[in-house]
Amino acid sequence: MRAMKAAPYLLSTPALLLFGAIVVVPLAMTVALSFHDWGQYKGIEPVSILKNWHEVFTDSYFLEMFWRTFRIALLVTLLTAVLGVPEAYILNRMRSPWRGIFLLVILGPLLISVVARTLGWALLFGGSSGIVNKALMSMGVISSPLPFMFTETGMVVALAHVLMPYMVLAVWAALQRLDPQIENAAVALGAGPFTVVRRIVLPQIMPGILSGGVIVFALAASAFATPAIIGGRRLKVASTLAYDEFLNTLNWPLGAAVAVLLLLALIAIVVASSRLVEKRYAQVFG
Amino acid sequence: MSRNGPLALAFHALFVTFILAPILVVCFVAFTPEGYLSFPTDRWSLRWFHAIGRYPEFISAFWRSLWLGALSSAIAVAISVPAALAIARYRFPGREVMTTLFMSPLMIPHVVLGIAFLRFFTQIGLGGTFTGLVLAHIVIVLPFALRLTLASAVGLDRSIEHAAVSLGASEWTVLKRITLPLVLPGLVSGWALAFINSFDEVTMTVFIAAPGTETLPVRMFLYIQDNIDPLVTSVSACVIAITVAALVVLDRAYGLERLLVGRNVHGR
Repeated sequence: MRAMKAAPYLLSTPALLLFGAIVVVPLAMTVALSFHDWGQYKGIEPVSILKNWHEVFTDSYFLEMFWRTFRIALLVTLLTAVLGVPEAYILNRMRSPWRGIFLLVILGPLLISVVARTLGWALLFGGSSGIVNKALMSMGVISSPLPFMFTETGMVVALAHVLMPYMVLAVWAALQRLDPQIENAAVALGAGPFTVVRRIVLPQIMPGILSGGVIVFALAASAFATPAIIGGRRLKVASTLAYDEFLNTLNWPLGAAVAVLLLLALIAIVVASSRLVEKRYAQVFG
Repeated sequence: MSRNGPLALAFHALFVTFILAPILVVCFVAFTPEGYLSFPTDRWSLRWFHAIGRYPEFISAFWRSLWLGALSSAIAVAISVPAALAIARYRFPGREVMTTLFMSPLMIPHVVLGIAFLRFFTQIGLGGTFTGLVLAHIVIVLPFALRLTLASAVGLDRSIEHAAVSLGASEWTVLKRITLPLVLPGLVSGWALAFINSFDEVTMTVFIAAPGTETLPVRMFLYIQDNIDPLVTSVSACVIAITVAALVVLDRAYGLERLLVGRNVHGR
């Protein structure tokens, strides 16, 4: 019987050792790093001071940058919801084989390199050589290229494209649990299509939309490659700023403070909103 | 089930255009005969695909990505199998905490992981090495491998194992002849999903890769930061083609919906 008790721990030993050594220790070291001092000439000094945290919380530059990060994440979440929810609903009403084909088309990009996908947006709207800009200018619709690169609009659109599959996926999963008979009953009782969507479908898939929203928000707030390519060095978000501190300025302690703050803020937001969703819908779907 | 109206289909067409446009534009521009970014209008050319051969850093980065993905996914699967059996079959103190820990790379921003790995590997002398890349990639793809092995371990019919034991099979024989073959489809799909995620990973890797250990996405990312030219579009087109091929295989073998919809169920 003693062997049985030890069995699950023995089986998970390799994974536990790996995660202890390669996840827990490095994260703890990063938190410690954020309290270290740094100077242009002296490098990193292993002391425990609040200098970096003080700087992150009082300097308006960081405040503005974090505000921009979360503003972009919120807009991306709204955009994916506004476009992704109706699309998931339409997709769910399609017949095979179209349903399967379009599901593959919409979810497939999730697995395509995010660098390649963001490059596509840069090709479409990148300055005066952007393909859409060029076409619109030659048609005389616009006189100067649409601002896209180095703008928040560009970041929001590109990130919404990159993260859209997550929203469609979450809503799609919720739609699969729906009983079509309820919709039919509503129609039989004289409800129009909009009433059915508003009163029957939406309330039932709301938990799916909200959980999709939480995923998209968390991924948008911590996205790196897309904001780095669209925003360049001019328009920074939390993750690109941390990257610059680490690989350009070499002020590792300050970069670590930014990263740890991003992690803590995200955990707080994700946990709080998940609790809220569960509480709100526990009575209905418990 | 009622049908979609014309308005819904129009929305659908616009949506699919939105999803596909950036991907297709990369593939089209890759065939340009010109020396600058443009659509191939009157003639197509493979000139920029040939040009890749003149950039050995892209070729070596491609092979490195392939090896890194194959190796780290294989190790991740090997580690996940016993862990998945433990989580699926036993109720023990710390089970929830352990599962959360193993799934945590999905929740922790990759920027934060990249920074943590950079700090850690520099301290222990693995900074910028391939070993460091493999260790880091095992951690970030393990949740995908674990999720699919867990799904097949949970779905396993244990009465088959009991039958084998009552017929006199030893524990080792049961594992080798019954359990492992039954979870094999989950292992293969878990490996494939882990491989794709490793092959595409850029955010974390950009922190820990040094010149000489850059992966393909990292090389592409650093190249794009300096200048966007047709060369990077032809490299991207190749990456897209490889991913689409892997995607079709995965869809036929396992079902993309099953593969991806499951992610939300366990990933949260």
